[in-house]
Amino acid sequence: MNPTPLSEQPDIYFTVAALLLTIGIFGLLRRRTLIGMLISGELIFSAASLNLMAFNRFRAPDPVVGQIFVLFIMGLAAAEIAIALSIIIAVYRNYRSVKTRELSELNG
Amino acid sequence: MTAFPTSHLIVGTIFVLCIATTVVGALIAALTARIIRSVCGLMICCIGLAGLYYFLHSPFLALMEILIYVGAVCVTIVFAVMLAEPEETVRDENRGATLLWGGVALVVSAAIFWGLWHLGVRQDWTAPVTRVNDGSVSAIGKSLLTTYSMAFELISLALLVAIIGALAIARTGRTKP
Repeated sequence: MNPTPLSEQPDIYFTVAALLLTIGIFGLLRRRTLIGMLISGELIFSAASLNLMAFNRFRAPDPVVGQIFVLFIMGLAAAEIAIALSIIIAVYRNYRSVKTRELSELNG
Repeated sequence: MTAFPTSHLIVGTIFVLCIATTVVGALIAALTARIIRSVCGLMICCIGLAGLYYFLHSPFLALMEILIYVGAVCVTIVFAVMLAEPEETVRDENRGATLLWGGVALVVSAAIFWGLWHLGVRQDWTAPVTRVNDGSVSAIGKSLLTTYSMAFELISLALLVAIIGALAIARTGRTKP
């Protein structure tokens, strides 16, 4: 009798999701441009999705709910990316830079 | 019916490869200095994540992950990089402060990792007794059109508003001298 294969152990998925969240937060704190911070935010989204999918596979009685939830997360992430990138391009047109240190003025 | 003798080894190798792809892609996305390499790291991470979704018995979401993230999100970010040229230069900044903030970021993220890992692995989560359905694509489709039809319509509305809003925001400032 074989032991439980690696892909059927929920702990591995939880660890990978926690690692993704950690890397995302580290990048979010360390990056200096708006686009770099946006990419780190996408990593955090991915961590949340993977965690939801792991719980959906191993701990939920209805295996459809998590998949639909992750699908909605993907749709909202796509919408968020579109809005955020248009804001970044508008900011670049005004400041000629997307470095967070130089974006220190507000204009009403 | 007997399985191929080393099939579980092959499956295990592919699984480890998926995890390695995800983690290495995320590390590339967070650590490289050039932003275009960071976008490529996000692409690699999403491909590995699609493999993990496949191992979680959800080929539909694996396909969607590649379609939406690699095909749409990353390509859009590449276009923004081409338009805004965000080059990160570390040289002109204070090295000491950079190292200090890197250390603070490392401590914060390590603390979050430890807490989340402890919560996820050490907790005694109860496994479900029965499954309502098999989680296949047809079950997802039925669920989307019955239980979650309202959310399904609302997300299409949200995407429409996002497209119009993106056009409106990116257009202002173009007519200015």
